[in-house]
Amino acid sequence: MSAAKRSRYLTVFAALAVFTVIEVAVAFTAITKSTQVVLLLGLALIKASLVALYYMHLRSEGPLLRVIAAFPMLLVIVLLLLPVFDLALAQ
Amino acid sequence: MEHSIERRAGPLAGVSTTKFAMWLFLASEAMFFGGLIAAYLVLRLAGSDWPVVADVLNVPLVAGNTFILIVSSLTMVFGLAAIESGDQRRLRQFLVATAVLGSVFLSIQAVEWRELLAEGTTASTSLFGSTFFTLTGFHGLHVLGGVLFMLYVIARAFQGRYTKEEHGGVELMGLYWHFVDVVWIFLFTIVYLV
Repeated sequence: MSAAKRSRYLTVFAALAVFTVIEVAVAFTAITKSTQVVLLLGLALIKASLVALYYMHLRSEGPLLRVIAAFPMLLVIVLLLLPVFDLALAQ
Repeated sequence: MEHSIERRAGPLAGVSTTKFAMWLFLASEAMFFGGLIAAYLVLRLAGSDWPVVADVLNVPLVAGNTFILIVSSLTMVFGLAAIESGDQRRLRQFLVATAVLGSVFLSIQAVEWRELLAEGTTASTSLFGSTFFTLTGFHGLHVLGGVLFMLYVIARAFQGRYTKEEHGGVELMGLYWHFVDVVWIFLFTIVYLV
């Protein structure tokens, strides 16, 4: 394994570990619920992107595989937003 | 793996048919978990008697378990990097480490489930219980499937079936394992932290 590759994987690992610690700290910090939700979802998105780009090597894949990976993520976001809006309108 | 065909032209140039199929499978899995998480959100936002999560769930224990899964992703990617440079011994070591870490994750999840069940929280006592056991249960089944898949890959690795030139099975194993990690990243946030 090349030193550059090893260093890149370790850097991603360190970032994932640090972001996880920050997530737990945010969850137990007394801030407004909406700020907390935005921060936590943002951190989760960053962590998931790091795994997909570097550990699943999407960063070096061609456009078609990237689209196959990104498309369901977009659909899931729509799937999650629809009930949230529906419930917000119903209240 | 050995029978996959690598396309030489077009948008899938350099991508084996098995890797393409794995990505399509993972896309369908993303929709599966997306549906479960959407159902969880609807029930949680509409439910009035949702407990304070930190009072019911052991967040520090599960945070530790999350760390274990992250470490397992690192050992998995190190295993792939090892065989990419032709190092079969390191491949075997990292694959075994990944399988062990996956098993530890499942064991800790079993401890967490046992604690909850002992306190009277089951899949049928409340909406919280139903959604919690459904989400973490399906993820746990995916980890278990990953560990079994890993044992198969480990057996082949010990037979010397993977080489610097031919290691598609390890790559597919890695894609699946990292996907399970990605799903947990979201579940940990949505179920335990929000």
